[in-house]
Amino acid sequence: MIDFTYENGALTARLYGEIDHHIAPRLRGEIDMKCETLRPAVLILDFKAVSFMDSSGIGLIMGRYRCITLLGGRMEVVNIPPTLTKIFTLSGIQSLGVMK
Amino acid sequence: MNLTNHMKLSFPSISTNEGFSRAAICAFILPLNPTVAEVADVKTAVSEAVTNAIVHAYPTEQGTVYIDAKITDDRRVIIRIRDTGVGIADVEQAMEPLFTTSSDERAGLGFAVMQSFSDKVRVRSAVGRGTTVTLEKIIHSAYDEG
Ligand SMILES: Nc1ncnc2c1ncn2[C@@H]1O[C@H](COP(=O)(O)OP(=O)(O)OP(=O)(O)O)[C@@H](O)[C@H]1O
Ligand SMILES: [Mg+2]
Repeated sequence: MIDFTYENGALTARLYGEIDHHIAPRLRGEIDMKCETLRPAVLILDFKAVSFMDSSGIGLIMGRYRCITLLGGRMEVVNIPPTLTKIFTLSGIQSLGVMK
Repeated sequence: MNLTNHMKLSFPSISTNEGFSRAAICAFILPLNPTVAEVADVKTAVSEAVTNAIVHAYPTEQGTVYIDAKITDDRRVIIRIRDTGVGIADVEQAMEPLFTTSSDERAGLGFAVMQSFSDKVRVRSAVGRGTTVTLEKIIHSAYDEG
């Protein structure tokens, strides 16, 4: 579901499996807890191992963007698999300037 | 166009059934040899409609979500997702991108996703009676069958 590494002020959250409304609240809780304790300069969401995502995942990303911005950090979204490019394009997340 | 296959499912409006309904619809369309992208499209559109039924249709008590899926001989998949929940007062407004009535970190993109991931989306709804979403998509084969 999620793995974390923290190095030089960068918190990387590697997500894996399917991201939907069923799992999103747990991911949100874990990421926010880490962010609040570590106060990272940058939160990196790594989608390499995500096999499925629907609009609940978009809500999750937008919410984490707000959260880390409020904490004074920034966010990066990396390794978007080809099967997810369509939903990312539709989401408007590119306009946040977080996609690497 | 004639029916070549037909299935029905019903399940309680609990979130574990979002993954179940995706897996079921994926298995149902597999005999059509869909491409990886087509499978992803159908799974995502169904996930949006089922999630809406679970999240919005039954805000106070658990209800039932019904799926009726058909395959026709012109390789068309027709999937109906139905609930008997609260209904939608203004369907046109509900379908606008970014419109949401939820305060729970929802993007308001579910209907927009259904529309861009299917060939056709129809929504019928009546307040207090429930909502039916019908998704249609033609599946071109991963094999070139000409
Ligand atoms: N089955 C339903 N029953 C009642 N209301 C619904 C139903 N489906 C959708 N709605 C209403 O339509 C609105 C828009 O739905 P849509 O799926 O586009 O966005 P969302 O569910 O709010 O957010 P997202 O899908 O991005 O998580 C919902 O906020 C809700 O008010
Ligand atoms: Mg929705």
